[in-house]
Amino acid sequence: MSARVLLDPTAERSAATRPRARRPATLDGATIGLLDIRKARGDVFLDRLAELLTARGFRVERFAKPTFTKPAPIDLRREISRTCDVVIEALAD
Amino acid sequence: MTDAALPVPDGLVAVVKQECATCRTIAPVLVDLATRPDAPPLTVYTQDDPMFPPGVAGVVDDTALETSFALDLDTVPTLLRVEAGRECDRIVGWRRDRWEDFTGVDNLGPDLPDYSPGCGSRTQEPAIAQARAVAQIVPQLRSRRVELGAEEDELDALFDRGWSDGLPLVPPTPERVARMLTGTDRAPNDIVAVVPPDLVECTVEKVAVNAVMAGCLPEYLPVVLTAVEAACTDTFNMHGLLATTWFAGPVVVVHGPIARAIGMNSGVNALGQGHRANATIGRALQLVVRNVGGGRPGEVDRATLGQPGKYTFCFAEDEIASPWEPMHVERGLSPGSSAVTLFAGEGPRGVLDQLSRTPESLTRTFAACLRTTTHPKIAFVFDAMLVISPEHARVYREAGWSKQRFRDELDALLMLDGAEMVRGASGIMEGMPEAFATVPLPKFRDGGLLIAHAGGRAGLFSAIIGGWASGAGGSEPITREVIL
Repeated sequence: MSARVLLDPTAERSAATRPRARRPATLDGATIGLLDIRKARGDVFLDRLAELLTARGFRVERFAKPTFTKPAPIDLRREISRTCDVVIEALAD
Repeated sequence: MTDAALPVPDGLVAVVKQECATCRTIAPVLVDLATRPDAPPLTVYTQDDPMFPPGVAGVVDDTALETSFALDLDTVPTLLRVEAGRECDRIVGWRRDRWEDFTGVDNLGPDLPDYSPGCGSRTQEPAIAQARAVAQIVPQLRSRRVELGAEEDELDALFDRGWSDGLPLVPPTPERVARMLTGTDRAPNDIVAVVPPDLVECTVEKVAVNAVMAGCLPEYLPVVLTAVEAACTDTFNMHGLLATTWFAGPVVVVHGPIARAIGMNSGVNALGQGHRANATIGRALQLVVRNVGGGRPGEVDRATLGQPGKYTFCFAEDEIASPWEPMHVERGLSPGSSAVTLFAGEGPRGVLDQLSRTPESLTRTFAACLRTTTHPKIAFVFDAMLVISPEHARVYREAGWSKQRFRDELDALLMLDGAEMVRGASGIMEGMPEAFATVPLPKFRDGGLLIAHAGGRAGLFSAIIGGWASGAGGSEPITREVIL
């Protein structure tokens, strides 16, 4: 075999572009999830967002990752997608 | 041996090579057996010289060793009895009485010595055995073949495809990867780990491809495989370690007999450059994370500054000269086992103490320096590793301090006054929350300080490798046995 044939060292995944979820045309009546990733002071930011959203008549659901250092557990992601129409994930650092 | 019929005729089969003194000695016996009417039919195969042994008609040329491999030979001469394509029995070397029993022919080689041991079959020569193994592995490789363009430079092509950590790579040809795979008994398609951040199942073959690129030798592969397995556990949390803005990356410490067997450096410049095993094992792990896991700087790797140890950071513990039990034994493995410890570490920093001659004084130096890791006013959150050099370790050996005694004394010195640690103390806003103002604070959590022994014989210097967020919310050091 030629020295100019190499073995691919990667996971051989074609560009993993997944289509985004369709954006809602309106937020009327939407339930908005607020996801705290557990970075310091993210909760301060989200508390204020919750205040503002609630004042505008939105239903707000709060969620938090167990730790910012690891991806959100699958169950948490599923729960958010089941109970919310949109989600806001906040990072404050 | 398989159930398939052997590729040799029935009767007696002898395999010889001219280079073997015993084969030359018994050449007259083979001539005798080939020509005596009372002897069973004999076929002679020769591994090197097709004209050997002279005087025997119909010698079969096995210089390609196909028949010798099929017969799974260790030794020449080997004499087999074959019936209906099946081997009934074999003897090796020369012993007159056994040859006479085996062939049913009396008075063989009356002028020969009674006994002469054989030589190694050519199939056992390392280069030949490896070439054979490589030829068998290449067709099993499943990785996508990447053909380089006619005008492409072989080394630049690897940079262009995004496979490099910034330094040149060894091109992973199928032959090189197959040779790498001779370093393990594991099948190429065995799954080693699920590699973050893309959470991709990684085979032994993919680890081998990246180990080739890193510059590893086949005998390093078991260590690389163990390091990849350990890194890709939830406990070690390679994902978070990659993603963090902090400096840390995986530090690989190799323990036990395998470190010496593969020529790892635990002595002069142990944490530095210049040793192939140290340099390439740590690099191979990083390349697996980059290429298989998809973890690249500026993408999921968000390090603010990073550090040069993220190219490679791997060293061996010097267990022979250490006054203390090695790290893997302290962490629960048996003495004499081979293991790797993965630690989420920054670059090393030096600790100088050229004047302490008592363990009490030297321990205070270590405590004073360890206190400053991450920040002098942060406790309990980040781990650290202390690499004690031989000249510093000698102070403890001569005083008769055990490792546990050293740990106990160090822990006491690292129990810090909360009032000095809280936010605002010493005019520094950074620090522990106010709630800790009235309690003593241990600098490290229980198990948060690892201790290794390594380094050159001269120099009253040791090293501290600062860690990263510890425990379940960050990374837990992990020690795993290397299975050969």
